[in-house]
Amino acid sequence: MNAIPIEYGLILAGILFMLGMVSVLIRRNIIFMLISVEIMLNAAGLAFIVAGSKWTQADGQIMFIFILTMAAAEVSVGLALILQIYHQLKTLDTDAANRMKG
Amino acid sequence: MNAVQYLWLVPLLPLLGAVLLIVAGRNMSKPIIASIGAGSVGLSALTVIVIGVAFLSNPDVYEISVWQWIAVGNLTPSIELHLDALSLMFIFVITFVGFLIHLYSVEFMGEDSGYARFFACLNLFVCSMLLLVLAGNLVLLYLGWEGVGLCSYLLIGFWYEDPKNGYAARKAFIITRVGDTAMLIGLFLLFATFNSLDIETILSAAPSRWEQGSSIATVAALLLLGGAAGKSAQLPLQNWLPDAMAGPTPVSALIHAATMVTAGVYLIARMNVLFELSPVAMTTVGVVGAVTLLIAGFSAMTQTDLKRVLAYSTISQIGYMFLALGVGAWSAAIFHFFTHAFFKALLFLGAGAIIEALHHEHNIFRMGGLRKQLPIVFITFLAGAASLAALPLVTSGFYSKDMILWYAWAGEKGSGLLFIAGLVGALVTALYTTRLVIVTFFGYANTRVSKRPGWRMTMPLGVLAALSVVVGFLEVPHNFWHAQLISGFLGGVLPAAVIDSGIEAYEWALQLLAAVVTLGGIFIGYFVYMATPGLHELVKKKFPTLHQLMYDGWGFDALYTLLFVKPVTWLARASRGDVIDGIYTGIAWVAIAANRAIATTQNGVMRWYVLGIVVGALLIITLGILV
Amino acid sequence: MNTDLLIFFTSGAVAIVATILVITQYNMIHALLYLIVSFLALAVVFYVLGAPFAAALEVIVYAGAIVVLIIFVIMMLNLKKDAEEQEKSWLTPSVWIGPGILCAILMAEILYVLLAGGFEGNATQAVGAREVGRSLYGPYLIAVELSGLLLMAGTIGAYHLGRQRRKVIHRFLEMTDE
Repeated sequence: MNAIPIEYGLILAGILFMLGMVSVLIRRNIIFMLISVEIMLNAAGLAFIVAGSKWTQADGQIMFIFILTMAAAEVSVGLALILQIYHQLKTLDTDAANRMKG
Repeated sequence: MNAVQYLWLVPLLPLLGAVLLIVAGRNMSKPIIASIGAGSVGLSALTVIVIGVAFLSNPDVYEISVWQWIAVGNLTPSIELHLDALSLMFIFVITFVGFLIHLYSVEFMGEDSGYARFFACLNLFVCSMLLLVLAGNLVLLYLGWEGVGLCSYLLIGFWYEDPKNGYAARKAFIITRVGDTAMLIGLFLLFATFNSLDIETILSAAPSRWEQGSSIATVAALLLLGGAAGKSAQLPLQNWLPDAMAGPTPVSALIHAATMVTAGVYLIARMNVLFELSPVAMTTVGVVGAVTLLIAGFSAMTQTDLKRVLAYSTISQIGYMFLALGVGAWSAAIFHFFTHAFFKALLFLGAGAIIEALHHEHNIFRMGGLRKQLPIVFITFLAGAASLAALPLVTSGFYSKDMILWYAWAGEKGSGLLFIAGLVGALVTALYTTRLVIVTFFGYANTRVSKRPGWRMTMPLGVLAALSVVVGFLEVPHNFWHAQLISGFLGGVLPAAVIDSGIEAYEWALQLLAAVVTLGGIFIGYFVYMATPGLHELVKKKFPTLHQLMYDGWGFDALYTLLFVKPVTWLARASRGDVIDGIYTGIAWVAIAANRAIATTQNGVMRWYVLGIVVGALLIITLGILV
Repeated sequence: MNTDLLIFFTSGAVAIVATILVITQYNMIHALLYLIVSFLALAVVFYVLGAPFAAALEVIVYAGAIVVLIIFVIMMLNLKKDAEEQEKSWLTPSVWIGPGILCAILMAEILYVLLAGGFEGNATQAVGAREVGRSLYGPYLIAVELSGLLLMAGTIGAYHLGRQRRKVIHRFLEMTDE
């Protein structure tokens, strides 16, 4: 088994990452933006896994675990913020939360 | 040594009070603030009495060195207190009158929100003033000198919410600073000559170092006179004092009548050896005093603000003291300071009680008829006014003013012109005092009395009224009775006035003349303001220009505005847009413009930030591929 | 073409299609369901790349915990039908143009780098949970501790931010009078 060329894996990671990025750029709904960020993180994790499997090392998977941890923390804080924003502004539109400007 | 060694307590107690009130006054209740503020000065006054008793039993010159202050080369001033008869008289007045005024303020300022601030400044003032008169060297004296200036500034601008009061405070501070600068140059000159600023050293070395009438002694004396004129509101620096009435009335009583403004008198009396060396300086002092007393007296006749009348009267009375100093009648000047401190403080406190009772009404022509409504204030005010007008025989003002007039005529340095100026001044003084009393207390009641002073305000009035009658008998003309306590007391410190020989015989005539002039002034006042109503309006209409001139204090304000203020503001305006400035404004402008430009990217829309990150990543990767 | 490569391509295609569906959906719940599909497909990819432990975590944590968390929040927000309408009005075709061009350029660059940069080689051997565990509690111990701290901070932060006080507005989000 395991005869997958790694550039295929990296290209898959790249495609997923681009999709997530497009989504972040086009969405105004903050929950969708959060979901898109999750997609991008996941793609980054995939790139690590691919690299790890090329060298047959555990480090790739460990990096993935750290990304996972970070994503979990980010989602919890992000969701709390979303709740507050919705509570205050009665909308999920990020453009409405634009008071912090220079 | 005896009780005198505790002299350092005298300035320390008010200082402690001030520090305590500044640090913790915000959190104290009003009774505590009042007891600290008045109590510290009261204790200080008690200490002075104890020291005074010890001093009287053993009069001497005491030097109490507290600690070395500065030691730079030859300049080694220490915190050194110097007690002799002259400074004892001053500290007695400062602490005693000061205590009475503090007591008065406890009630007078009762409603004010800046209660702790007021007492802190007042205590600090008492401390500075005590340091000034107790200083054994000129550096410490200068510290006290500036300290009282600072407190005067703080207290004139006490109600700083009104910009007018802040303006008055700045005016007082800046004008006295002109004099202070002259004085400071004088101190430099003295230090350059004597290598010391110790007063005793200078006074003992001066006669051997400088010969009589030498020009450098004249310059030094005139520079000191400049400082004295600034602080004591004498010509040509007199025009700050009427505006200084913007402060609370107890402040006017303590600082701008009884104590601080007489610091100039103290300075000249203290440095008497220096002035004796220079006849020119002496004559200048006398002429300044004479001219000041006349112009201020005439201005006082036209004022309508109760406190401004008293302010001009203060300038005029200090003019008398300068006149006395100028003719070498040192103890007469100090005697007049002594009596003036009591009766002028009394008049100001009475004025404060009236103003407070009439809803802060200052215009005397809107008062009237207060005789029946405020009887205690009336009686005490009358005592003070009689003293100010120098009502013969029964008031202290009569004796002190008579002494000055006598020396102005009979003294070796006196002259007919100075005497006539003094005599005209006496007439004017009697006239405006009569006017003040009649307009305020007699006639119709134009404003209703809203509140009557309590015991803490009337008690100081009573004590001061009694004193302003009694202290005159400490020094009676020697053809009356052998009771020359003041000049005897001061004899060890101040030289006795020299009088022309063979003139004593005329003393009776002169006293009679002075009494007649005073009574004449009172009669004119009575005639114009009471017996023939409407006459004073007629006189006013007849000479409108003269009236306006006198009302404005002879136009000194306008003159100084034209001569100094206008050019300086013009210069400031002209140099606003210079090249060097342009560079710095340019840098600031660039920074602001850059800030604006970058701040527009900070628009608060999150998608723009994400876009920024993406474009940045794209650029970096593109660069990585290309390079 | 061996089986693994076939599985890789199939699941990769599923992942891409599911992700495209995620980013084009108007309904949040639908989008999340497609997201789960995408995650599961990726888990398969992980498995065939020889990372079974990562694949398990992908299913448990990503498809399980995180997505469930987001669903909870969506339920708490209690969004109505008009949220979908709003989403539709925001996602006009014109908004796709700029981001699309940018991302296409980026993608082209990545492809160029990948294909021209000599990224070659095959995944040869599976790395199991044992090796991962050894590494985690060996050289990466400090990092594990730090991620523990990060999670702690996330918990506290979420608690603090998520408190709903009746009157007091959080100072970061305070309404200014404009």
